Amino acid sequence: MPLFLNDEQAMLRDTTKDFVAEAAPVSHLRSLRDSNDPTGFSRDLWKQFAEMGFTGILVPEDAGGLGLGHVEAGIVLEEIGRNLSPSPFLTTAVAAVEALKGTAHAARWYPGIVAGETVAALAIDEGAKHRTDIVMTATRSGNGFTLSGAKQFVTHGHVADLLIVAARTGGAASEQDGVTLFAVEKDAAGLTASPERLADSSIAARVTFDNVQVDADAVIGEVDGGWAPLNRLLSAGRTGASAELLGVGGGAMDMTVGYLKERKQFGVAIGSFQALQHRAAHLYAEMEVARAAVLKAAQLLDTGDDRADGAVSVAKAMTGLATTLAVQEGIQMHGGIGMTDEYDIGFYMKRARVLAEMFGDANFHADLLARKSGY
Amino acid sequence: MTDLDTFRADTRAWLEENCPPSMREPVRSEKDAVWGGRDQSMLSPDQKAWMDRMAARGWTVPDWPKEYGGGGLSAAETKILREEIARLRCRNPLNSFGISMLGPALLKYGSEAQKLEHLPKIARGEIRWCQGYSEPNAGSDLAGLQAWAEDAGDHFVVNGQKVWTSYADKADWIFCLVRTSKKSKQGGISFVLFNMASEGVSTKPILLISGYSPFCETFFDNVKVPKENLVHELNKGWDVAKYLLGHEREMISGMGLGGTGGNPLIEGAIATIGLDADGRLADPLLRAQIATFEVRARAFTAMSERFIDELKAGRAHPAQPSTMKYYGTELNKARHELIMATRGSDALEWESEASRGGAAARQWLRTKANSIEGGTSEVQLNIIAKRILELPS
Repeated sequence: MPLFLNDEQAMLRDTTKDFVAEAAPVSHLRSLRDSNDPTGFSRDLWKQFAEMGFTGILVPEDAGGLGLGHVEAGIVLEEIGRNLSPSPFLTTAVAAVEALKGTAHAARWYPGIVAGETVAALAIDEGAKHRTDIVMTATRSGNGFTLSGAKQFVTHGHVADLLIVAARTGGAASEQDGVTLFAVEKDAAGLTASPERLADSSIAARVTFDNVQVDADAVIGEVDGGWAPLNRLLSAGRTGASAELLGVGGGAMDMTVGYLKERKQFGVAIGSFQALQHRAAHLYAEMEVARAAVLKAAQLLDTGDDRADGAVSVAKAMTGLATTLAVQEGIQMHGGIGMTDEYDIGFYMKRARVLAEMFGDANFHADLLARKSGY
Repeated sequence: MTDLDTFRADTRAWLEENCPPSMREPVRSEKDAVWGGRDQSMLSPDQKAWMDRMAARGWTVPDWPKEYGGGGLSAAETKILREEIARLRCRNPLNSFGISMLGPALLKYGSEAQKLEHLPKIARGEIRWCQGYSEPNAGSDLAGLQAWAEDAGDHFVVNGQKVWTSYADKADWIFCLVRTSKKSKQGGISFVLFNMASEGVSTKPILLISGYSPFCETFFDNVKVPKENLVHELNKGWDVAKYLLGHEREMISGMGLGGTGGNPLIEGAIATIGLDADGRLADPLLRAQIATFEVRARAFTAMSERFIDELKAGRAHPAQPSTMKYYGTELNKARHELIMATRGSDALEWESEASRGGAAARQWLRTKANSIEGGTSEVQLNIIAKRILELPS
């Protein structure tokens, strides 16, 4: 399979590019922020995503979706990133859909997700830095389990209909065996989700589970065998976040290169200065390398290749590095105006920081790759 | 099974049968690399067999047409062959500027007679080529070259000097940029081919910081070049030169991939520094540097795959080789800095047997030229800025 978009994928990209730029440009994020919108995204926009078919992109056709892959999901996420469009797409239509795939929960949740009515959130992280350790406990009680513990950085957690929760039913914190994944509904007694606005104006919840009772059928997959669906969730989430980062970095780079052509000092466009040209060209190279890494990861995930996990870590780390450079160079090359709230480049910097942290930063994934390589 | 699945299975079986085990070991020194040419007395039996078997199938140049010695493979088949070669860790059967640089230029600009004369010999490794581009006063400003080719009826008479001619002292023929008009800088350059055994050609190796002499000064003193050896039109050599430079940059960028067979950076680090109780490299700061480097190296591997796929499909940006060259060579320099750092004083030995004659140190020094040869990193950044980002002059 060649490592570029095929004709159908290129068509999807063109459609998506136009749609997202029209429906949810950066001004959309700005107005949600300025109105202190308590949801953090527009439910109307989520409905429009459903009308476009985006919500069902990874849902199998026999379940009402499009039955497409991570490459296609990445195409949508890149445009979300480029326009900084607030959307539950990554958590719901990508990560949650993959976690539920092939389980009894698919029939329960897929219709609402495809219809753009259901929002899912991921209660995975337990500390400020993403780790694969799971400490939160789920103990057997009656016909089900009692969940106790706390999660953080749960994007959309305060409005989600469904929380996907990783908890420990056995084993030690760092072990893969003994993790169980649960589907928890929002109105469960003892569940508290406190919304916190983040630097990029998105809202993530700190979620506490105070002896939350769930039935045995809340288990996604097997008891103690939650690592498999959790890994599907994380691979999808990481690849998706990489694609979104690519869009954020690409958007910041395009805006910056555009500014270099327009802005005049000393009577000439500042983009004619070699000092700035070389920095822009170096940034372009980093972003191109990141782009290839993201597509590679998505293709390998779609073909079920056993090299996919490594490629996913490469993609997440590389987009983290490249996009961090893109937004830093973005502000620096814009000069003073880049520091103003009125100008959009700052929004890109904030979003890039959040996405770089989500599902593990560049160091986390570089470390993971090193362990896999035996050092 | 699809046709491609069958092709993959057949290819795998053929490679397993025909690639000698010693040709699946990593290339460890200059003499491990096979370059072909008239004098093949230095080749080991395995090197010779591996080159000849691949050449017999046209697989030294799998995607060239069969009539010119190629394999006639499609882009998809070529990719599969490449993947299977990498999977088995087979060495490149034939390193050749004829394959990586002149061949693509002749396929595009050469006459039918030139293609039939030169391409099959390149494919079979019979003739080794060198590149006469840079001159003492024409480096980054390549079009400022002065070597003069005087029209003498049925031939040219060439006088002048080239520099940084890779392996000129070992090459059989040269593809060379010469000036045939002084009226225009770029529009007065022609692209010619001639035999290095011609009267009036002399070479002088340049001793480098690595202690090796891969480059020469090359002198032309009234060298007769038949006019049939002019490629493309008179005074249009710059078109050929630029096209060829794209392929040269592609080749040099391949250094960013770090070669086939194992990972000398990681293996060397583990061997020298060791692992701690948790299985981590015992030097945490070096480990972090290596791990971050490996992210870029692996992402660049994907970038190379994407670039080649786009190139074969005719959808690569014409200036994209500059991106590849820039990134790949900077990466390769970083890799060798890390290799030296991980191996410490072991890697400083210059002549010892344990260091295989200072192989690591000499390679480290050699890589410093990567970001200079074939157009400096700064020239590549200029090209990206102007032709891809379209920043103003």
